[in-house]
Amino acid sequence: MAHQAGVSSDADDSGRVSLMNDPKARGLFFQGLLIIAVIAMVYMGISNAIANLARAGIASGFGFFGDRAGFDIGQTIIPYTNDSNYLQAFYVGLVNTLVVAVIGIFFATIIGFIVGLARLSKNYLVQKFATVYVETLRNIPLLLQLLFWYKAVLSILPSPREAARETGVEVAFSINNRGLYLPRVIPEDGSSLIFYALVIAIAAWFFIGRWAKKRQMATGRQFPVFLTGLGLLIALPLLAFLVTGMPLSLEYASLQGFNMVGGWIVQPEFMALLLGLALYTASFIAEIVRAGILAVSHGQTEAAFALGIRPNLTSRLVIVPQAMRVIIPPLTSQFLNLTKNSSLAVAIGYPDLVSVTGTVLNQTGQAVEVISITMLVYLTLSLLTSAFMNWFNSSVALVER
Amino acid sequence: MDNTTNSIAYVRTQESPATAPPVSTGGVGGWLKENLFATPRDTVLTILTFLFLVWIIPPIVDWAFISAVWTGESREDCIVPGAGACWAFVEAKFGQFMYGRYPLEERWRVDLSGLLLILGLVPIAIPSVPYKRENALYLLFVFPVLAFILLTGQFGLRPVETALWGGLLVTLVVAIVGIVVSFPLGILLALGRRSEMPIVKMFCVIFIEFWRGVPLITVLFMSSVMLPLFLPDGVSFDKLLRALIGVALFASAYMAEVIRGGLQAIPKGQYEAANAMALTFWQGTRLVTMPQALKLVIPGIVNTFIGLFKDTSLVLIIGLFDLLGIVQQNMNDPNWISPQTPATGFVFAAFVFFIFCFGMSRYSAYMERRLDTGHKR
Repeated sequence: MAHQAGVSSDADDSGRVSLMNDPKARGLFFQGLLIIAVIAMVYMGISNAIANLARAGIASGFGFFGDRAGFDIGQTIIPYTNDSNYLQAFYVGLVNTLVVAVIGIFFATIIGFIVGLARLSKNYLVQKFATVYVETLRNIPLLLQLLFWYKAVLSILPSPREAARETGVEVAFSINNRGLYLPRVIPEDGSSLIFYALVIAIAAWFFIGRWAKKRQMATGRQFPVFLTGLGLLIALPLLAFLVTGMPLSLEYASLQGFNMVGGWIVQPEFMALLLGLALYTASFIAEIVRAGILAVSHGQTEAAFALGIRPNLTSRLVIVPQAMRVIIPPLTSQFLNLTKNSSLAVAIGYPDLVSVTGTVLNQTGQAVEVISITMLVYLTLSLLTSAFMNWFNSSVALVER
Repeated sequence: MDNTTNSIAYVRTQESPATAPPVSTGGVGGWLKENLFATPRDTVLTILTFLFLVWIIPPIVDWAFISAVWTGESREDCIVPGAGACWAFVEAKFGQFMYGRYPLEERWRVDLSGLLLILGLVPIAIPSVPYKRENALYLLFVFPVLAFILLTGQFGLRPVETALWGGLLVTLVVAIVGIVVSFPLGILLALGRRSEMPIVKMFCVIFIEFWRGVPLITVLFMSSVMLPLFLPDGVSFDKLLRALIGVALFASAYMAEVIRGGLQAIPKGQYEAANAMALTFWQGTRLVTMPQALKLVIPGIVNTFIGLFKDTSLVLIIGLFDLLGIVQQNMNDPNWISPQTPATGFVFAAFVFFIFCFGMSRYSAYMERRLDTGHKR
C-alpha cells in the first residue's frame, strides 16, 4: 500500500495522494474491516452457542442420528417403523418432500400452460375465466389455500361409514375424510415382463425420435413420431399383459368397522398439499407462459403465414420454440418455489422434511444440527434444480450464427 | 350503338345481382359470433366453460349469500341443516381478527397508527401530490418511530406486550417492517454484489443465494429456535422481533436480486458518465444510476412486496397470531364450532389478503404504464 502511494506521488508533482483517497487502499481497508466483523460475529455466536448448549446439557454433534426415533410417520414410501433411527426418519421426510414436489411440478406445469393459453384465447368466456383464476389464486397466500383445502374441504367430507352408506361396502373409488381410495394393482408371477415391456417402449420411442430427426434432416420426409411412440407405449405392455396371462389383479378398498381397508390410499394431507401447491403455482406459470408467448413478435406469425404454414403448425414450429426461451428461466424459479413451498406441509401435518425434522428437533433439542441440515438439503435441491434448468435452457437458447 | 357493344365485349350490360349483406359484426349477435362461437372449437369450449360455470357458480352464491347465516349469537345459529357461510362468526370475532388480544381500551392507538400510515401512503401513491421526498422520509423514518411508540406504549402510554398483538395488526406490522428494512438492505446487497471488491462481492453472493435457496419456514424456525442459542446468556428477543428479523433478512435477499436486475439494465454509459463528472461512487449511485435502476424495477419491487405480504401468514407456524393465525385459532372456539366455520373464516381471511395484494398489483400496473416514458431500447 505504501509502495502504491509512493508511485502515485512520483507520477504526480502536485502532491502526495493520501492513502485515504487511493481506491485500492480503501478497498483493502473496507474488505479487511468486513472480514474482521464477520469473524467476530461468527466467533461470538459460536462461543455463545457452546456456552448455551453446555448449560442446557445438550451434546452437539450428529451422534443422535443413530438413536431410535420412536415416533410414527403417517405416510412412508421407504420402509420405516418407530424402531428406525433418526437418520431413516430423515430420509422418509426427504423422500416425501421430493414426491410431492415432483408430482406438484408435473400438474402445475400442465395446468399453468393450459390457463396461460386460455388467457390468450379469443374466446371471451374462456379468457375471462382464466383471468379470474389467475388473479384470485395469485393474490391469496398459499398457506391459507392449503389450510382451506385441508380443513374446509377435505375434512368435512363424509366419514367412510357415511360414504359407504351410499356407495356400498366395497368400492373401486371413494373419497371421504380419510382420503382418496383407489383400487390397488397387485402384481402376480410373471408381471415383471410388463414392466420390461414398458421400459422397452420408452427406449424405442426415444430411438425412433432420433432416427426420424436424422432422416428428416437428410431427406426432408417427416415421420409421425408421437403417434408411433404412443402406440408402442400402450401396445407393448398390453401385449405383455395378455401373453403372460393377465398376471395383475385389482384390490378394492372395503369398509371394515369405521375405516376403509385395502386399496390404494391417497392421504388427505397429501391431496390438500398437492392441490394447493399445483393450483397456486399454476397461476404463476400461466402468467409466465402468457408473457412468453406475447414476447414473440407478431411478425413471426405473419412470416409463417406468408410461407403458407398452417396456424397449428405455426404455433408448434414457430411461436412455441421462441416463446420457450423467454419462458424457461422464470419457470425454473417457479419450480424451485414450489419445492420450497412444499415445506408448508408442516401446517397441515403431511410428513415432509420440515415436519419430520421438526419432530426430531422437539425430541432431541439438537436445534443447530437439525435446522442446518434441513436448510442444507433445500439449498442442495435448489442448486441442483437450477443447474439442470440452466443446462436445459442453454440447449434451447438461440444459436447465433 | 351495336358497334360499340360488340367491340368492347367484356363490358357487362346488366348490373350484377347484389351480394347478400355481410353477417352482422355489430350488436349482440355479432359480438356473440365473434367472441364465443367463431369456430367449431370455440363453440365447444364456450359450451364446456358455460356448463362448468353453471355447475360451480350457483352453489357458491347460495353458500355465500342466500343460505348464509348473517346474524347469530353462537354455533346454534350456524349449525342448522342446509346453512351456508356462517358470517355471524366473522361478525362476532371481527375485533379479534383486526387487533388480536390488544386491550379494548387501548385499541385507539392501533387505529391512530393506521391513520398515520394512511396519511403517509395516500399522498405518496398519488403522482401529482408534491413533496415526495419529505413524504418518503416521513414513511421510512418518522412513521415507524411514531407507530413503535404508540403500539408498544412508550412515554407514559400503558405498555402492551407483543404477545397480545394479533390479527391484521400483526400481519401489517410484519409486512411493513419487512418492506422498510428490506428495501435499504436490498440496495446495499445489490451494490455489494456488483462491487469490484472480491471479498465484499463474495459475502453478498453467499448471503443472497443462501436466503433465496431455503424456504421461509426454515428461516422462521431458525430465527425462533436457533437464534436464542447464539445470543449471550440473559439477552433475549421478543418472539415477534425474532420473526421480524427472519422475514426482513429473507425479503432483503429477494429485493437485492430485483434491484440488481435494474442496475444491470441501465446502459454502461450512465456509470461512465457519472465517473466522468467526477462524482464519487456514492454520489453517482444516489444521483445517477440508482434512480434509473429503481424506476425500471418498480413492478419487480411491488411483486416482492406482494410476496412478502402473503408470506407474513407463515408466522402462524412459529406461534404468532397474524390474521390467518387468529382466524384459525377462533375456529376452534367451542362456542362457534360448526361444519361451516372453517370455510367461512378462511374465505374472510382470503378476502382481506386478496384486497391488499390485488390493490398492490393494480397500483404496480398503473405505475408501470405511467413510467413507461418510451425510452426502452
